[in-house]
Amino acid sequence: MHAAVPDALFKSLADPTRRALFERLCREGEQTVAALTARAGVSQPAVSKHLAVLKQAGLVRNRHEGRQTHYSAQLAALAPLIDWTSLMHGFWQSRFDDLEDLLNRMDQ
Amino acid sequence: MNEMSAETLSVVVEREIPHPPEKIWRALTQPHLIEEWLMKTDFKPVVDHRFNLRADWGAVDCQVLAVEPNKALSYTWNVTRDDMAGLKSVVTWTLTPTSTGTHLRMEQSGFRSDQPRYYQGAKYGWQKFLANLEQVLARLD
Repeated sequence: MHAAVPDALFKSLADPTRRALFERLCREGEQTVAALTARAGVSQPAVSKHLAVLKQAGLVRNRHEGRQTHYSAQLAALAPLIDWTSLMHGFWQSRFDDLEDLLNRMDQ
Repeated sequence: MNEMSAETLSVVVEREIPHPPEKIWRALTQPHLIEEWLMKTDFKPVVDHRFNLRADWGAVDCQVLAVEPNKALSYTWNVTRDDMAGLKSVVTWTLTPTSTGTHLRMEQSGFRSDQPRYYQGAKYGWQKFLANLEQVLARLD
């Protein structure tokens, strides 16, 4: 019943410009369309169109604030593409690092 | 746990930590400390207690399964999504004292019933993207 989801994901990420936009949102967090356009190498209407496709695939979410539209990555939408074990392995390695940092700061 | 027998996968992360089990136990069980290395939570070290772990990307629904102070802790780790299958898993922490501190082991076991694993690496060009993404994900809180 979810067969269509991976297809939509693959299609939406197949375009290099779209993939670059999505990777930037993953790496740098929420951004406005204007900020994304400034470094995308394509026009704002083109960026908006790409973002609409990513949104349709569930990969990004938008919210309006004044005249600006902010976009953020929805990482959970990638779940069908990634074996959860490799995803979680990276997650826990990183959590262990933070746990050790915390332990070094804690009193006995 | 019967439903997990068919396709159980697990992730194990182990590390030698130069701190005593008692101190690590505090970091694993006190909400204000859990928040510093994992996520915001209303955890209590009480069997059957239900709690959430909350992050920007969503929430994890959990329930405490076992508590053995300074030694072992386990809880369910379930992620529910409206538009696709989620993840049902169990996280188990084991603390073993060593001469220099503690051997800390985390095992997460669970399954995804509809995991379309054939997608992984099946299409040319995706491997690198997924690898990059994993690095990004690994750095996220």
